[in-house]
Amino acid sequence: MGKWTRRAFITSGVAAGGVVVFGVAIRRGERSDKVRGLVAAEGEALFDVWLKIAPDNTITAIIPHADMGQGVHTALAMMLADELDADWSTVRFEEAPAHREFANYALARGYSTGGMDFPAWLVDSIDGLFFRATQMMGLQITGGSLSVRTTGEVAMRVTGAATRSVLLEAAAAEWGVPVSELTAADSMIRHANSGRESTFAHFAPAAAELHLPDKPALKSPDAFRIMGTSPPRSDVPPKVDGTANFGIDAVLPGMKYAAVKAAPIFGGRVVSVDESSIQDMPGVRKVVNLDDAVVVIADGYWQAKKALDRLAVEFGDGGNGGASQAGIFQQFSDELDSAAAVGKATDDFVAGDAAASLDAAARVLEAEYRVPYLAHATMEPMNCTAWVHDDRCELWLGTQNPLGFAQQVAKAIGMDQSQVVLHNQYLGGGFGRRAFDDFAIQAARLAADAPYPVKLVWSREEDMRHDHYRQASISRFRGGLDASGNAVAWHNLYVNKHDPEEAPHIPYAIANQFIAYSESETHVPWGFWRSVDHSLHAFFTESFIDELAVAAGRDTYDYRRALLAGSPRFLAVLDLAAEKAGWGATLPDNMGRGIAIHRSFGTIVAQVVDVEIAGGKPVARRVVCAVDPGFAVHPDNLAAQMESGIAYGLTAALYGEISIKGGAVAQSNFHDYRMLRMDEAPDVETYIVNGGGQTGGAGEPGTPPIAPAFTNAIYDATGIRIRELPVSKHELRLKDIEDVA
Amino acid sequence: MINLSINGESRDLDVDPSTPLLWVIRDYAGLTGTKFGCGIAQCGACTVHVDGKPVRSCVMPASAAVGRQITTIEGISAGKDGLHPVQQAWIDEQVPQCGYCQSGQIMAAAALLERTPSPTDADINAAMSGVVCRCGTYPRIRKGIKRAAAAIANARPAETDNG
Repeated sequence: MGKWTRRAFITSGVAAGGVVVFGVAIRRGERSDKVRGLVAAEGEALFDVWLKIAPDNTITAIIPHADMGQGVHTALAMMLADELDADWSTVRFEEAPAHREFANYALARGYSTGGMDFPAWLVDSIDGLFFRATQMMGLQITGGSLSVRTTGEVAMRVTGAATRSVLLEAAAAEWGVPVSELTAADSMIRHANSGRESTFAHFAPAAAELHLPDKPALKSPDAFRIMGTSPPRSDVPPKVDGTANFGIDAVLPGMKYAAVKAAPIFGGRVVSVDESSIQDMPGVRKVVNLDDAVVVIADGYWQAKKALDRLAVEFGDGGNGGASQAGIFQQFSDELDSAAAVGKATDDFVAGDAAASLDAAARVLEAEYRVPYLAHATMEPMNCTAWVHDDRCELWLGTQNPLGFAQQVAKAIGMDQSQVVLHNQYLGGGFGRRAFDDFAIQAARLAADAPYPVKLVWSREEDMRHDHYRQASISRFRGGLDASGNAVAWHNLYVNKHDPEEAPHIPYAIANQFIAYSESETHVPWGFWRSVDHSLHAFFTESFIDELAVAAGRDTYDYRRALLAGSPRFLAVLDLAAEKAGWGATLPDNMGRGIAIHRSFGTIVAQVVDVEIAGGKPVARRVVCAVDPGFAVHPDNLAAQMESGIAYGLTAALYGEISIKGGAVAQSNFHDYRMLRMDEAPDVETYIVNGGGQTGGAGEPGTPPIAPAFTNAIYDATGIRIRELPVSKHELRLKDIEDVA
Repeated sequence: MINLSINGESRDLDVDPSTPLLWVIRDYAGLTGTKFGCGIAQCGACTVHVDGKPVRSCVMPASAAVGRQITTIEGISAGKDGLHPVQQAWIDEQVPQCGYCQSGQIMAAAALLERTPSPTDADINAAMSGVVCRCGTYPRIRKGIKRAAAAIANARPAETDNG
């Protein structure tokens, strides 16, 4: 096909019923007709993806991300509405259906192959974010704390501003006045000189005939009227009265319920199933062997679950039955020994000459840290309702990756992706788990072979034992201090790297650095876990810098300050956290205070934790959190995400441990994979710095610093340095316990 | 067949009476606001009121609730348009994130305020520590409970005056 023109990408226009749609780039023609059918209500039509203006002047933002509690629907709609100068009270949103037309695969593919021209205003206004943005939007993935910083900055703001511009142009033409004499506010356009005013909706049909500007002017933060405020989140009311529909709440006529048990050992298969063991159990429809799992389908979930519990089934071990947690750590340790001995580690970051500097250092500190595997443990266990009928497969579930799921489901049951219709529901927690499609494929396979819809619900035990886990890891450090205690060398070797790649980097100005890794595979499935590699490396690096400070005999906050002198944004965040926490004040004997700072997903977060040691048990009482995301679109929601990230990371630091025994996960439910609860939850105070620059993420950056801030506080209270998580493995006693006694 | 009184309505349900109340409420009475989290009374997502007291419906056989008043999140609102003060406080404090545990949190909080109208932090810890929130909304839950307690206290004199 020939080159795409700008006009072809910016399809906008008037629909039946007067609804007008603007946005970024989908094709005209047959494919957008399909989208039109999916999104537009009766009397509406869809011309483009991100913004609809209805005759009653309501504005609808169409958002290609799932909301799993991070408030992204509200934040993204705010970004669009602000640039549009819309009346926030009449702004609505819809989640984009899982459909290729919403994915802009064409954009991503075209960009990567250079086979198409792109609208200049798109390319020019989005800097280097463009490619990642189209990738993320293309896959409709919700993850990487990217929704606001890519979809928001690239699609929502630009579309809002471009649409505002053509609305003004249309008004100027109709009234015969210059655009410069017009103002837009609250979804109205006014001409002060003549006193005329009219709605956006009035001008929308004419505006849709105009070319959207190549480079719409975006507002500077001082002109924001909606961004930077904290309107109530639209998803909250249905979440307090029980009406919010999660995946597990899907109800279809005639549906049956499925309970599943996968081979406990990863890689294992079903060896034999004895159906006679449950032949008389009420409600049972059938037993299904999925090769690596068995399923009972029954009239009710409890009937299926009880029958599954009684079903006689034998699983193989896939050759992994001998794997143990101690063996896995030994394997990692051996790998690091070997990598160090032969120098085969892969460089992450090298500056100066760490080896020479260590040789010359006045003092060298060594430390090894370990972290365990972690499960996500979303409150809503994995589940999916599938119905295969009339040559299509419909799915009801919560997913962070609707298109990817649809694609994999289609492949698994031999359909074309266009035959898979995915209805994304509220997610009862995601944290990365709902980016993996195993449960959806199981449900689809069951439904493909059943004359009724099937609701598959994993038990908590199944959910915990068949997760995709945050990796276990070992990280070794050598740090060199000069005669004055200043850090001059940083040498770090760790096992297994995923992403983001900068996770093990440090912000500190240490002249000689060597950071490297070596891979050591295990049979345990890996998965994205809130903040991914940052969740381990922040613990490693912020613990070791603390150890260097203590070894140097310096205050741990001052020591960091000195090393951040050339990084004003880090320094501002660190200082704010320390100041608000009252750093330096004397604490009661049974308490300690720790600090940590880490940047992830473009956002800098510093936290100060006050810990109380009560009966040998550490309890985080107060967390002061300072955060610089560039600009906080919805400050209250950013604070909520900090509170959430802190609780998630603190849970892991205190209790989180998935261990492997006989090749399988030893833990099974909340009694042995413990959660932070109300009586252990700290007060959290969040302070925001709008430091400018590229907008950072919100959902993940609160998590990385909490573990080291917590263990640094434990050190302050007890003199015990926690080098292996979780903290609950360690016996603690107060540093000055003899003196206190 | 079993007869249960759910949210003031008597229902005859065709289900094995040994089935946990949770699944009867969700799959047979069709009230999906009550959630499944763990199945072993460790997380509290399934909390409902039985005769006004919070119970973990995932481990209570439906037969044990016969002849008693069961209240779920759908039945807790004060009037047909009104929200329970705890629900309103949850909106005011923007408590929920993913929202999955919040039915259980609200039921536990409402039961707490019923018996302890002015709860201390220790009261809140004792009543709420059985309900897990993976999104870490605990600080806002605590604020929400205090806000609801104040709202209920403020409403009482007015009712007395009107009465």
